[in-house]
Amino acid sequence: MLKISVNKLDELFAAIAEKQTLYIPVDREVGIAEYKKWEKGMEMSKALNTVRSAKDFFFPQTENLVDFRKEGKNIEVIDIREESEDFVIFGVRACDARSFTILDKVFLVEPVDSYYKNRRDHGTVVTMACTRPAETCFCGVFGIDATEPEGDAVCYNDGENIFFKAHSEKGQKFIDSISSLLEEGDTSKLDEVQAKTREILKKLPLANLSTDSFGGDKLMENFNSDKWGELSQSCIGCGTCTFVCPTCQCYDIRDFDTGHGIKRFRCWDSCMYSEFTRMAHGNNRNSQLERFRQRFMHKLVYFPSNNNGEFGCVGCGRCLSKCPISMNIVKVMKALEVK
Amino acid sequence: MQETMIKRAKELLADGTVSRVIGWKKGEFAYDTTPAVFETAEELDRDFAFDDFTAANVSKYLVKESRKEGKILAFLKPCDTYSFNQLIKEHRVIRENVYIIGIPGGPKLDAEKIKAKGITGILGIKNENYTLKIETLYGTETMPFYEAICGKCESCKSKKHVIYDELIGEDGDILDSNRFDTVEKLENMTAQERFDFWREQLSKCIRCNACRNVCPACTCEKCVFDNPKSGIENKAASDSFEENLFHIIRAFHVAGRCTDCGECSRVCPQNIPLHLLNRKFIKDINELYGEYQAGADTVSRSPITDYTPDDCEPSVVHERGVE
Amino acid sequence: MMNNDTLIPKIGVVTDIRIDTPDVKTFRVVSPDGGKVFEHMPGQCAMISVPGVGEGMFSITSSPTNSEFMEFSIKKCGCLTNWLHSMEVGQQVTVRGPYGNHFPVETELKGKNLLFIAGGIGLAPLRSVINYVRDKRENYGDIQIVYGSRSMDDLVDYKEIIEEWTKCERTEVNLTIDREQEGWDGHVGFVPNYVKELQPSTDKTVLVCGPPIMIKFTLAGLKEIGFTETQVYTTMELRMKCGVGKCGRCNIGDKYVCKDGPVFRFDQLDELPDEY
Repeated sequence: MLKISVNKLDELFAAIAEKQTLYIPVDREVGIAEYKKWEKGMEMSKALNTVRSAKDFFFPQTENLVDFRKEGKNIEVIDIREESEDFVIFGVRACDARSFTILDKVFLVEPVDSYYKNRRDHGTVVTMACTRPAETCFCGVFGIDATEPEGDAVCYNDGENIFFKAHSEKGQKFIDSISSLLEEGDTSKLDEVQAKTREILKKLPLANLSTDSFGGDKLMENFNSDKWGELSQSCIGCGTCTFVCPTCQCYDIRDFDTGHGIKRFRCWDSCMYSEFTRMAHGNNRNSQLERFRQRFMHKLVYFPSNNNGEFGCVGCGRCLSKCPISMNIVKVMKALEVK
Repeated sequence: MQETMIKRAKELLADGTVSRVIGWKKGEFAYDTTPAVFETAEELDRDFAFDDFTAANVSKYLVKESRKEGKILAFLKPCDTYSFNQLIKEHRVIRENVYIIGIPGGPKLDAEKIKAKGITGILGIKNENYTLKIETLYGTETMPFYEAICGKCESCKSKKHVIYDELIGEDGDILDSNRFDTVEKLENMTAQERFDFWREQLSKCIRCNACRNVCPACTCEKCVFDNPKSGIENKAASDSFEENLFHIIRAFHVAGRCTDCGECSRVCPQNIPLHLLNRKFIKDINELYGEYQAGADTVSRSPITDYTPDDCEPSVVHERGVE
Repeated sequence: MMNNDTLIPKIGVVTDIRIDTPDVKTFRVVSPDGGKVFEHMPGQCAMISVPGVGEGMFSITSSPTNSEFMEFSIKKCGCLTNWLHSMEVGQQVTVRGPYGNHFPVETELKGKNLLFIAGGIGLAPLRSVINYVRDKRENYGDIQIVYGSRSMDDLVDYKEIIEEWTKCERTEVNLTIDREQEGWDGHVGFVPNYVKELQPSTDKTVLVCGPPIMIKFTLAGLKEIGFTETQVYTTMELRMKCGVGKCGRCNIGDKYVCKDGPVFRFDQLDELPDEY
């Protein structure tokens, strides 16, 4: 397999950045890793994952959709869309890589969301196989192999070298573009590392979490479960889980009057928020119980129902780490599990 | 301690003093307890937890819980009692419907600080003489207890319970904390440096509202930021300064009412030191109006909402602004 | 350049504003070049917006058989609708759509005897179907329309009902108002009770729309008479932002009202959580 020494990462990044904008995970401060545009001297984070997921690249927290100019009774619609630049996201984990295929099922089905598609078309996802999964990881539950991530191209790190494999045409193009820096390398140490990681994955505390009680065909029994009250009782109704989640994609559309025109923008929204479903004449999810239930029902029942059984969770564990009251999808799944 | 608490809670449930108990529930791991209400002895035996990770302040839940049928037992740490007192002062909780047991405070631990050391795959955490022994999937790790303590416990202001019906363990004292050190550091910066500091910190905000929703001083029935009629209702920034305003407005709104419980910074997924905004207000109030601790009692008037002839002149803002 | 995106609206010009009731106006909308902004089927909706004020989903009240314009009957009840009510003729708005499914006028409803039951502004989506059916009268059986409102003044489209609908062949129109009122010699009483009094024959296919509480009691009454849920259609309304099943808020269970609805048959709703 083609490889590059970990000592030459800087050179690699420089070579990529010469052709396209490159984003890598870096430590913003201790404990806060995030994707940043690579600049000379930047070091890749050693954290397992970024605090915010990688969904921002394709579905940013806020984005301008369209502008309007109003004059008297007339309105002008201004299409502000521009072709995205080509970019590479380097070091995406298997969970986040899968989240893109989940988001695709929302944004790329008819009618296609051109904003999302634009970025998706121009982005190359280069993933990195995991070597040190955390106790909060449970991607395996959703059929994701952390040692064999999806993505346009995948990297494997054996501690000394980083190996490359292409999964798509875009990925092959990416590897070709850096081929002058790569050389054929022996994968025997990598094979060992991979085998070791696979052993760890089997031993993860959440490895045996069961999805058997969920899916599109188990709608009413889950909706009507008497557990929701207890599960949601201490939920503070914030949007942390939603906003750190790689698959949460609910959005709001709003107008902003700049004083010399109207900008219509889209921003992330959260079903946990009290006015998510509020209308002029009422709200069909008035209690936190209903809002809490919506979020988990969506991931575990509604989404699979509409997408051939695929769950709307990738087991990245971000909500487990970040929920202010430590309530999360794992606790929900365990409480609702029918034994 | 956990056993003593469970025993006492069961007694109070059994003799009818209370019908519910609010405390913390065991999690999946060694560090992820969840605030929870218990109604039976069985639930308490099965799930009740009190350990190094029960940092969450349960006072705010009592706004709702104290309005329900029957009395509820609340286990409050010293810092939590300040929040509760302040809620009494603001007529947000019904005191008579809460039976308070004061329990020892921290320092509590923050799992994120353990993880930030690169320790991962955590299977168990033991405190052995203030050294944490952490069992992980990758072997046993150790680290000093004090390097893992919660931000809010690093500058604990009080070990004294300001309200309770009974205590478990000894009551402590109000501490001479170092809690204004960082505020002073910020004050000593130039205006530009300070601006840059906050712009950098607040630019991390993802507008999840966790700080607001967890804050015991944020109990408005309808927050101005959730009200479409306010014209500033927003879920995300429509420009790059908006998040900054959100936090500054919130800090103003809780000024004189914030007890410095530190929950805002504890829950922030982006580790923004939001409590520093509140502490700046507390420090200013202390300096301009005399020492005042919100939540220390249930009757005193907050200097911000009270008038005395000795109050500083409004021009103080201008005078202090001159560098 | 990039493909059209449904989120980028088109311009519509308001060419006529009809005051229907004290809080309902019907707006006629055409494209700036004349003609309709887009084609639709009865029951479908459109997103109308005034940039800077808001955007909302409204059912298209006019029939697709109308080749010149679209109409929207809109009740004043919030920020956007207040603004729309203050508009003058000639004002431009933005329009996008059509969204959602539609009443099965060309399939299940074809050849059937039809019973329309509406309350208040609930007539808006049904008017599209009624006029569609009237324009293709030969394709459908008998028509019965039961329509009620709080008062005489609150009956939407009263003029069209009296002048056109009552004169249509094989069509029976039954109007009712909630309380006695001077000048009204028609029926007085709530819609669900009136339906029971009328005892419509159970060979009809029913289309019902109105306030949730009216729908609930009407359905119960219909069942008493002997109708089954598979014979009754309704149209739903929940908060919407995108109109295409992506923004994630108008779902009832796994169905999105904007995309899988707004038209549902009651047996379909039965399989979904009661969260609407």
